[in-house]
Amino acid sequence: MSATISVRNLRKSYGSKVAVDTVSFEVEQGEFFGILGPNGAGKTTTLEILEGLRKPDGGELSVLGLPPWPRNAALLPRIGVQLQASSFFERLTAREQIRTFASLYHVPTRRADHMLSLVGLDDQAGVKAEKLSGGQAQRLSIACALVHDPELVFMDEPTGALDPQARRNLWDLLRKINADGRTVVLTTHHMDEAETLCDRVAIMDHGKILELGPPAALVRGLDTPTRISIQSGLLDAVTAGQLAASADSLPADSVSGSGSSDIGVSDDGVSLTFATRDPAVILADLAGRNAVAGLRVQGATLEDVFLQLTGREYRA
Amino acid sequence: MSRSAFRSLSRAMFLGFVRDRTALFFTLLFPVLFLLLFGSLYKSSSAPRVSVLEVGRVSLLDQAESAAPGQLGKVLAITHTADLQTALADVRKGDYDAAVQQSGRTLVVHYSIADQTTAGIVQTVFTSIVQQADAAAAGGKGGYQLAAAQVEDKSLKPIQYLAPGLLGWAIASGGTFGAAITLVNWRENKLLRRLRLAPVSVGTVVLARVGVTIAVALAELVVFMAIATTPYFGLKLASYWWMAVPIVICGTLAFMAIGLLVGAFARSQQSATAVANLIILPMAFLGGAFIPLDYAPAWIRDVSYAMPLRYLVTAMQDVMARGEGPVSAVPAIAILLCLAAALTIISVRVFRWDSV
Repeated sequence: MSATISVRNLRKSYGSKVAVDTVSFEVEQGEFFGILGPNGAGKTTTLEILEGLRKPDGGELSVLGLPPWPRNAALLPRIGVQLQASSFFERLTAREQIRTFASLYHVPTRRADHMLSLVGLDDQAGVKAEKLSGGQAQRLSIACALVHDPELVFMDEPTGALDPQARRNLWDLLRKINADGRTVVLTTHHMDEAETLCDRVAIMDHGKILELGPPAALVRGLDTPTRISIQSGLLDAVTAGQLAASADSLPADSVSGSGSSDIGVSDDGVSLTFATRDPAVILADLAGRNAVAGLRVQGATLEDVFLQLTGREYRA
Repeated sequence: MSRSAFRSLSRAMFLGFVRDRTALFFTLLFPVLFLLLFGSLYKSSSAPRVSVLEVGRVSLLDQAESAAPGQLGKVLAITHTADLQTALADVRKGDYDAAVQQSGRTLVVHYSIADQTTAGIVQTVFTSIVQQADAAAAGGKGGYQLAAAQVEDKSLKPIQYLAPGLLGWAIASGGTFGAAITLVNWRENKLLRRLRLAPVSVGTVVLARVGVTIAVALAELVVFMAIATTPYFGLKLASYWWMAVPIVICGTLAFMAIGLLVGAFARSQQSATAVANLIILPMAFLGGAFIPLDYAPAWIRDVSYAMPLRYLVTAMQDVMARGEGPVSAVPAIAILLCLAAALTIISVRVFRWDSV
């Protein structure tokens, strides 16, 4: 069986600005696929081409084995799209919205009402879409995207402007959607979101895919030191320096002082922090001294991968 | 086209409309308030003096004047004319209330019965002139007679032009604003894009919108007729008033096409509203909706031919008030439909699904 989505050398320009620059990837059936990147990286354009909203300038593209452009009536009932903005009919209640969308797909009212309770909006069924909170509107938008039981779901920054509770709540919903066997493609610029949800992520910038793979593999490939912190004052500076030096086989005088160097030890008066490539040695030693109050071990995150690939300078 | 999609989209748009208090006020209530206001204002503003055309020489009028100098002028405004036919035409047009002529001892009064008060004054004044002349004659028997003849007045009374005029304006603004603002809002909140991703044809979406707007326009027609035909306003509907229904439908199509074009260019609801106002408001004054063309200056009458609203308003006046036959509305209907078709073709060419 061929891949659910297959993209080869996809290109799209707006005038002189290249939005998508020879992008290739495949998404397998049932996969949770993330497209990561800073604003203006080309994520949304890529998604819009996959959805059939924009015509690619070049490259090969198939979604569920079909070409999405021009508007493909055979494909539309099989895909679900949740848009960045909450696109609703004015002044209709949550229940009226989803029933209207359901009828466009010839889906019975019963299923529409069921979807509404699936996303936990039973209590808000009679509330007009404009009066829903950000998280509720986003859940309604997802329910509308799923009302016709699509095989493939596209989501463009679904947790965009939500508070932490609403984000976690939505993640559970997205996991459930994927666990039901649907293929999900989502764009986001939240690293933690991609790391916790996606089977594989593509990191995009300036229209190109810079890195593609499972989040854990990308993080491992980064080779960043692990940061181990304990409460300040549990170890004196000399002991800490010796410990740091022995763990990474470095001369003792090169490890202490400022925390700016990659490897070493630093103390900001609140926490004593080791940055090391061999956390086992330090952890065993700390355990032996029973100096583990406030212990925190931090590995690299997808955010580190992302920042290393796309740079740290601020972009408006 | 799918019927269930059409039904549910129509329902969604209808609910969206009736729940929008502002739109409801400006589309339905505002024109009705105008009708109530101007209908009542013009109703009481009948001329204090009765205008009379004196055809040839009427010696009885001179007699009455010399009997009580200055008194006659308080009730009658007399204009001299030589030709009876032009005088009758003037009365028929409503420019004068009566034409009076004397043949021998008989005073012949041709008067309009369009306004019952005026008609009553005409009858009373001329009856008393004849009676006084008789009384003044030797022995009280002058043998003077009064012969009264009614003239059918073809001019429109205020309610007859106000009701179709304001209704035309209501339909024009309802159609233009409805189409323009829906298009802009749906493009801005990406609903247009969402609908494009659903297996529903553009035709179904457009037809649903057109259907809802036509239903609202017909509701306005009913409300206007109900108010104008109350005894207070006294509009008498002519026999082919039902031709107003196809005229209203075609007018709605034409003005929705104007709105579609506005919506295709406008980038925000504010600019769509501004541009639609810029089109509709001057048209209401120049197209005979606010100022009846019969009384408008010649330049407005000339300009009005370029205003789509003119055809909507005059066609409705013809069939609802002037008593013209159904065929009289055909040219106006043809013009409105051609305009709708031409503007829709242009709109489709410049149509954008997305704001970028």
